[in-house]
Amino acid sequence: MNERIESIVAMKLPAEESVRIFRHRLTANARKRLPRIAIVTGIHGDELEGQFVCYEVISRIKAHPECLSGTVDVYPALNPLGIDTLTRGIPGFDLDMNRTFPGDVNGAVTEQIAAKIIVDLTGSDLVVDIHASNLFLREIPQIRISESTEPALMPYAKLLNVDFVWIHAAATVLESTLAHSLNSIGTKTLVVEMGVGMRVTQEYAHQLTDGIFNAMKALGIWTGEVAPVRSPMISAAHEVEFLNAPCCGLFVPGVEHLHRMKAGEAVGSILDPLKGTEVVKILAPCDGLLFTLREYPIVDEGSLIARILRD
Amino acid sequence: MERIKIFELKSLYRESMKVYGFRFGEGEKTVCIVGAMRGNEVQQMYICSQLVKALGKAERAGKIEKGKSILVLPNINTYSMNIEKRFWPTDNTDINRMFPGYSLGETTQRVAAGVFEEIKDYRYGIQFASFYIPGMFEPHVKVMETGYEDVETAKLFGLPYVVIRHPRPYDTATLNYNWQIWDTKAFSLYANRTDRVDETNARRMVKSVFSFLGSLGIVRCAAKGVRSRVVRDDSFVAVKSACGGVLLRLAKTEETVRQDQVLARISDSFTGEILQTLTAPCDGKVFFVHNEPLVHEGTVAYRIMPGEE
Repeated sequence: MNERIESIVAMKLPAEESVRIFRHRLTANARKRLPRIAIVTGIHGDELEGQFVCYEVISRIKAHPECLSGTVDVYPALNPLGIDTLTRGIPGFDLDMNRTFPGDVNGAVTEQIAAKIIVDLTGSDLVVDIHASNLFLREIPQIRISESTEPALMPYAKLLNVDFVWIHAAATVLESTLAHSLNSIGTKTLVVEMGVGMRVTQEYAHQLTDGIFNAMKALGIWTGEVAPVRSPMISAAHEVEFLNAPCCGLFVPGVEHLHRMKAGEAVGSILDPLKGTEVVKILAPCDGLLFTLREYPIVDEGSLIARILRD
Repeated sequence: MERIKIFELKSLYRESMKVYGFRFGEGEKTVCIVGAMRGNEVQQMYICSQLVKALGKAERAGKIEKGKSILVLPNINTYSMNIEKRFWPTDNTDINRMFPGYSLGETTQRVAAGVFEEIKDYRYGIQFASFYIPGMFEPHVKVMETGYEDVETAKLFGLPYVVIRHPRPYDTATLNYNWQIWDTKAFSLYANRTDRVDETNARRMVKSVFSFLGSLGIVRCAAKGVRSRVVRDDSFVAVKSACGGVLLRLAKTEETVRQDQVLARISDSFTGEILQTLTAPCDGKVFFVHNEPLVHEGTVAYRIMPGEE
C-alpha cells in the first residue's frame, strides 16, 4: 500500500500563513487504473461528525493494508479555516462554501478554491460528502438525493448502512452545492447527514464507516471482511412532515430522538421563561418516525422543531 | 406620506422586528423600492432614507402623478443591522436567498414571504443591492437575464452602466429574480459601497431614481444622468493578486486607465518589500476596487471595463 498526504489547494493569506486543503491518498500497489472512492467532509466548519469517520476509515485500512485493492482519498477539511475557528462558512467571507460550486478559476478566491476541489474529485467512482446537520438539529444517519439523481445514486445509497434515504424535490438553489456539481458531470456523489453540529456521535460514525467499507467492497476497493449493513427506509418528500415553531420561546423536547410518534402525541413544548408559562405544545400531526429533532432550545417563529417520516 | 407596517416578527427577549414601508401617492402600485436586506447594508438604507425625504417633498409639492403610488422599504432586516451582523442573527441565513418565501417555513422564509406578499404586485421594483466581496463599485444598475428583463427601461436611471447578469442557481431565490417571475420589472442598483455612508453617492443614487421616475412620468421632474453603456457581467477583466499582503491602491473607481498602468502594489506584511505590482491588462475604466487593506493570493483586486475612453 502507498500513502501520501498532499495539499490540493494552497493559497497565501495576507500575513505569512497559507490556507491548505489536504488529501490523504491510500492506494494499493498496482500499475493499472484502480477504482477510487473519495471521502470528503468539513465544507461547513461547524460540522464535525465526518472528522471521526475520516479517522476510522484510515485507521481500519492501516490495520489491514493487504485488503486494499483500490484508491481511497480522504479530504477531512474542505473548509480548514472554518473548522479551526468554529465557523460554519468561510471565515473572512461570511459565505456558505456549499453555495460556491462548481466555482470559477477567474472568480473570487472562494470560487477559485471550489473549482480546484471539483477538478481533484472528478473521476472518482464514488464521492461521499459527510455533513452533520447543524447546531440546531439532530439527525439520524441519512442520505439525501434529489429526484433527478435517484436512478443513478440509489444503488450506492443502499450500500452505506444509513437508516434513511430521503429523495427530495429538486431546488435550484441546491445546484450550487458540491454534490450537485459533481453529479452533473458524472461523478457520483452521495450527501450524508447525521448527528448534530459541533459534536461527534461515535455510534453514527462507526455505522457509516461500516457502510463505506461495504461500498468499497462493492466497488472493488476492499477485499477484507465487512459488517452486514442495514436496509434503509426510503422516502419521497411528500411523506415527510415538517414541524415549525408557531412562536418564539424555549423549546424542550418531550420525547427522545428516533421516537415512534402517534398522531396527537406531544413532541415537546415551547415555554416562556420570563412569564413561567407553557406557550404551546408541539403535537405530532401523524403517526411516524421522529427522524429530526431540535437540539438548540431557543426558537424563533418558524424555527424547525422536528421532521416526522409518516408511517 | 403614509407609514405602513408591512410585517412583524416576535422574539423571545427582543422587541418585535417590524418592517415598515413608506407610501407616497395613491392608486396603482407603480414602484416599490427596497433598501437593506442584510445587516451591513447601511448605505442602501441611507439612500432609502434620503428617498423617503425627497419623495415626501415631491408629494407635498403635488409632483406625484395622480393614480400612481410609490412604496419605499428602507430596511427589512433591522434585527441583523442592530447587532452588526450581515445575515440573520440566529441561523445566519440570507433573506435575499429566500424569495418568494414560505409563510409556513423557517424564520427567514417567513420574513421573505411576508414582505414579498406586500411588494409583489408593483409594476417596477428597485432594490439597492450589495455584493459579497468587499469593494468599491462604479454605480450601476443590474438586470437579471430571465427572459423578462427590460434593458431599455434600466437605462432610464442614467447610471454609467447597465450590467446584464446571467442568473446562477442561487440567484433564483433572490428578490430581483422573483419580482421578474411575478411580472414586476426589476432592477438592482449598486451603490459604490455597503457598510459606510457616502453622502455624495447617496445624492447620486437618489437623483438616478428620480431620473427613472421622471422618465416614466411617475413624478414630475427632469430626467438627468448619463447615457448608460450596456455590458454583460462577464465582460469585465479581473486583476488578481498573486500573493498575500497589504494592498496599496493607486487607481480609483471610475478612473480611466491605460494598458500597463500601475493600479496597485502589494507589500509584504512584515518587511514592507513590494511583492507584486498590479497593472492594467488593457485600456479601460476601473469598475471595481477591493477596499480592504489586506489581500489573499487570488483576490480580485480590480475589475476593468475594457475599451472606455
